[in-house]
Amino acid sequence: MADYQEIIASYRGTPGGIIEAYHAVQREYNYIPAEAVKEAAGVFGLSEAQAYGVATFYSYLSVEPRGRYIIRMCESAPCHIAGAEEVIQAFEHALGIKVGETTADGKFTLELTECVGQCQGTPVITINSQPYAGVSAEQVPAILAQCK
Amino acid sequence: MAEELRIVLRNADRIDPLNIDDYLAAGGYRALEKARGMNPKDLINEVKASNLRGRGGAGFNAGLKWSFVPPADVTYVVCNLDEGEPGTYKDRTIVEKDPQSLLEGMAICAHAIGSRQGFIYCRGEYPYVVEHLRKAIAQARDKGVLGDFDIQVRMGAGAYVCGEETALIESIEGHRGEPRFKPPFPGVAGLWGKPTVVNNVETFANLPEIVLKGAAWFAGIGTPSYPGTKVLTLTGDVVNRVAIEVPTDTTIRQVIYEFGGGIRGGRKFKAVQIGGTSGGFIPESLLDTPIDADSMRSIGATLGTGAVLVMDETRDIVDIVTRIAKFFEHESCGKCNPCREGTFRCYEIMKKINAGRATAADIDNIMLLSKVMTRAALCGLGQAAPGPIMTTLQHFRGDYERKLLS
Repeated sequence: MADYQEIIASYRGTPGGIIEAYHAVQREYNYIPAEAVKEAAGVFGLSEAQAYGVATFYSYLSVEPRGRYIIRMCESAPCHIAGAEEVIQAFEHALGIKVGETTADGKFTLELTECVGQCQGTPVITINSQPYAGVSAEQVPAILAQCK
Repeated sequence: MAEELRIVLRNADRIDPLNIDDYLAAGGYRALEKARGMNPKDLINEVKASNLRGRGGAGFNAGLKWSFVPPADVTYVVCNLDEGEPGTYKDRTIVEKDPQSLLEGMAICAHAIGSRQGFIYCRGEYPYVVEHLRKAIAQARDKGVLGDFDIQVRMGAGAYVCGEETALIESIEGHRGEPRFKPPFPGVAGLWGKPTVVNNVETFANLPEIVLKGAAWFAGIGTPSYPGTKVLTLTGDVVNRVAIEVPTDTTIRQVIYEFGGGIRGGRKFKAVQIGGTSGGFIPESLLDTPIDADSMRSIGATLGTGAVLVMDETRDIVDIVTRIAKFFEHESCGKCNPCREGTFRCYEIMKKINAGRATAADIDNIMLLSKVMTRAALCGLGQAAPGPIMTTLQHFRGDYERKLLS
């Protein structure tokens, strides 16, 4: 695993690069550890409060640890009317967790999201940002089985 | 039978999007060459005369926007690919099928305003589009077609408000994506305080054809006040959930029944919401309205991003609007009070109505609150958020009244 200090340092010369740096940290760690926020503040010349403010403004950045597979269920209006609620319930049932939680083995995190721009095939989920369109509650066990 | 007219999507499914030679063989970058032979002022006037209006939602004349940029050593061209309006996937479609059209459009704008640096701000939900664009940019660089103009891609991180141009600029600068007070407008003081043009993907992708074929050609297509085509994305209870590109004088009815194939399952139409989740709800009686921005505004609706969410007779309008109210409560950035508090209270009242616990006084309150937000919110998010509530109370009031306590 690449060190967060190295990752952040590689964006030092990029104006406004803190968000890109946070994305890069998340690709390695799945979240932004508190030490990485502190490091980013130093590298980009911000106060820790400002760096934390950026890390917590955006819904795709997380300062809390998450699972290896982040499942996001879109609940925007087109997915809502296409039955997003049943799919959410199917995931909660299959994983034994509620939305916003991570399984005890650290494998899955279940989150809600707003529109992911795949509305030709509602309802839509993403797993680690990869979209799955036209998902039904019945498909949930098979989808989870693909995540090794 | 109405037919598609493809300007923005002219190369879609006809070329390999990641082979720049295909784009060049289809006439790509000839427009940029022509534009670079023009005086920047003449180029801006040509775009202004085409009456190309911003395709992101606000509908401002693109050439006019460019003309506000003063002479400066450093200026920026920024492409808004923060396509966050629910039901919208047009910009993704354009970029996935023909990324060079966007790059060429940005380079044309760069010549007009004397810019050497462009940024594409792509939403965090589309990491695969970021990769796709970086490949396309590398090909354009290798071919040398962009000359001294360079383009970087920056990825957002899941904030709807960053579709607002000043919030988008804040985000590129590495800050929280909170909108700025205007003026100054970005054309004068934008990215890092420098004059900046921010346009939507679809706006840029129109430019090569406008430059090649001329302003008069473009101005003659569709509705005169909002000419050209619009890429629409059909979702919901419509048979064909597809992206289409049609002239702006196409009616909503044609969009739903001729292109969309009508309502799924043989059911009846109830409502359509156009322009994204902040768009107005439109009843059957207004379906013969053309889709251009001004005609839509005249019926209290919007063209917005061109999302078309069709709802059949079985749909619970109040439940859908409650869901939409939750969206805005979540996406409000919290900078201004009318939006932060207003979206929170709208959702609270909508939940109460939807649960059958509200009275007529709650309807009066939410109408008043909606009017205050429309007028007092800092940016388009808070101003547009009450639109679905106001238009459904106007056209589908019975749906609300059925849920009230007697």
